[in-house]
Amino acid sequence: MSVSNRRERGGVPSLSLREPFEQPSSIGAWLHSRRAAWAFMSPAVLLITLFFFIPVIVLLVLSLSDLKSANFGTFQWWLPTNWSLDNYSKIIGDRFISKFLGNTLFYVLTTLAIFNFGSALLIALITTHINRRAGFFFRLLWLLPRLTPSVVYILMWRRIAARAPHGILNQFLTLAGLGGGDNLLQTMPWVFVIIVNGLIGASFGLVIFTSAIEAIPRDYLTASKVDGASTLQTIRHVIVPMIRWPILFVLTFQTLSLLTSFEQILLLTGGGPGLFRTEVWALRAYHLALSTESGNTQWGYGAAWAVILVIIGVAAATIYMRVFKFDELVEEPKIDLI
Amino acid sequence: MKVELENLTKRWGKFVGADGINLAIGDGEFVAFLGPSGCGKTTTLLMVAGIYKPSEGTIRFDGKVVNTVSPKDRNIGMVFQSYALYPHMTVYQNISYPLKLRKMPKRERRERAQDVADMMGIGDLMDRKPAMLSGGQQQRVALGRSLVKEPQLLLFDEPLSNLDARLRLSMRGEIKRLQMELGITSIYVTHDQVEAMTMADRIAVMKDGKLEAYAKPDELYDRPRTLFVAGFVGNPPMNFLKVEVTREDGEYRARAEGIDLLVPAERGEKAVIKGEVIMGIRPEDVSIADGGTQGEIYVVEPLGRDDLVDVRIGDIEIHVLANPTLGTKMGERTSLKFDTKEVQFFDPETEQSLIWN
Ligand SMILES: Nc1ncnc2c1ncn2[C@@H]1O[C@H](COP(=O)(O)OP(=O)(O)OP(=O)(O)O)[C@@H](O)[C@H]1O
Ligand SMILES: [Mg+2]
Repeated sequence: MSVSNRRERGGVPSLSLREPFEQPSSIGAWLHSRRAAWAFMSPAVLLITLFFFIPVIVLLVLSLSDLKSANFGTFQWWLPTNWSLDNYSKIIGDRFISKFLGNTLFYVLTTLAIFNFGSALLIALITTHINRRAGFFFRLLWLLPRLTPSVVYILMWRRIAARAPHGILNQFLTLAGLGGGDNLLQTMPWVFVIIVNGLIGASFGLVIFTSAIEAIPRDYLTASKVDGASTLQTIRHVIVPMIRWPILFVLTFQTLSLLTSFEQILLLTGGGPGLFRTEVWALRAYHLALSTESGNTQWGYGAAWAVILVIIGVAAATIYMRVFKFDELVEEPKIDLI
Repeated sequence: MKVELENLTKRWGKFVGADGINLAIGDGEFVAFLGPSGCGKTTTLLMVAGIYKPSEGTIRFDGKVVNTVSPKDRNIGMVFQSYALYPHMTVYQNISYPLKLRKMPKRERRERAQDVADMMGIGDLMDRKPAMLSGGQQQRVALGRSLVKEPQLLLFDEPLSNLDARLRLSMRGEIKRLQMELGITSIYVTHDQVEAMTMADRIAVMKDGKLEAYAKPDELYDRPRTLFVAGFVGNPPMNFLKVEVTREDGEYRARAEGIDLLVPAERGEKAVIKGEVIMGIRPEDVSIADGGTQGEIYVVEPLGRDDLVDVRIGDIEIHVLANPTLGTKMGERTSLKFDTKEVQFFDPETEQSLIWN
């Protein structure tokens, strides 16, 4: 429909990156319009090149080499003759690969569903439907974990989960006659990993969803109620569809950030207890490539782990865009550049 | 359905949005809420819709108090200035949304929506999204959506304000005709007095949250009870001037500097008690003719059929509707004839009419 509309306007090339040139009136105008488009896009293109594409390429090259602290300085990792897919076959052959993959999926999906997306949307909906001031303070409460420095925050949680009689939770549990008083990070590490990350992560979606919901013109909500909708029906049929874009954004952004985040897990459980109980993919890459605990940091091998993570991330983002029909979300350009 | 508002009040903290509104709307009646921006029209309407909870007072539908009935159970249709069409739904989905919420079977929904859309002349636009419609088409969809569930009360909040003048005129007629044919009780909020005058059975004039007047259009026009109503109703607005009314030899005269007019006895005698009063006279009751009050033409505004001429008599400013063929020119001297049959008098302190109260 939109295409035919634009055709009717008669050959004026518009600045749309999807179909930038229907029926150009002349080659000159066509070139001109493209040039203008690139001029506007160039800062973004430059930034993405500098901070995404170049690092990814370096990472890719690194992942093909066997650079490690043992051969650092002598090994010429940038020479194609030193490249091979050995790192990748090593990963595929890793005894624990399904463990890492499963951990990662479980960690990302659960945290996302319960906190970074689920709680964020739920709390945004609740706090925009109650008294404004109460809503504001309630949201502020959820921002506190994000505002607390990681180390302080994690220390606090370690204290909460600690063994009886020091652990805060265990004090209550022993009073109630529950549990054996063991360190809860040992007995239920995932619960803590997910809560600790989720409480930080939820605030992001919360802020975005809240502002998106508040930006919906009042008339739509009034209309829906008058049309006969309950509050829940209004949320389902009007509010959620109108914030589809922020929802896609938060889902994508949070999936990627959860996929690549490991610092809270590192500080909280270090990937344990036991062998890799909470070791996620990103933490594995860190342990191999950057941690000196083992005495030998394998940059090349770690980089290969990271490359796979990038691929998983891009795949996830693509799936989201498909599911949300990203094409339809992108508006027609508001201005036609002539 | 009959609608009664009793002492209806809405406060936000200390601020009063609507202040003790009392009015009754008969079954099938078309009532306009008229008043300047910020006078509480929308506030009152939203209380009737159930969106705002009244701070005080009661709302009755057919005698039943509905204060605590939620909007979805009031069976009303509403049309907004912004149209408020759900942008992610097609025209069909927009129109059938109220039916879907009532769990009406899909086939029946389709039929009803199509009927309403055909009635509104948008039957062939069913698959479009609102963004692909013109303003007029969008407003028709909005009307269709408000009508589809056969509401007992229709609420309009300045539905035509975003349309161009021509379209507004034709939509005005269409809404009026629809309302009469369907016989649905309607409240129509507007700040356009022409709209209110031409469409409504009765007009509720509001000012600062209060109901100033509630009467039939011609009554508001001919017998305004307050200075505000007199000035707000009628286009171009009524002329006001401070005069002294006296009785001489059985005749009543209204005098100001440079002006001396004979006024009808039955109106003059109500004003003479006060002496100093505000006199109101409509532009159409003043004409440019020889042998009258002398003045100077200050501005001429051509309106097409008439010229609106601003004549100064000393410090007094009088607007006159004049025939363009007279060829009035700015700066020229002229002479005015006043037809005082319909003259109004107001108390300068209370601003109440001295004739109709
Ligand atoms: N939710 C609210 N909280 C506080 N004040 C409000 C609220 N809604 C409206 N008001 C105030 O109440 C007064 C009446 O508002 P209302 O919207 O009823 O005016 P209106 O007559 O519809 O005006 P307009 O013609 O501009 O739409 C205004 O002064 C407005 O600022
Ligand atoms: Mg309003």
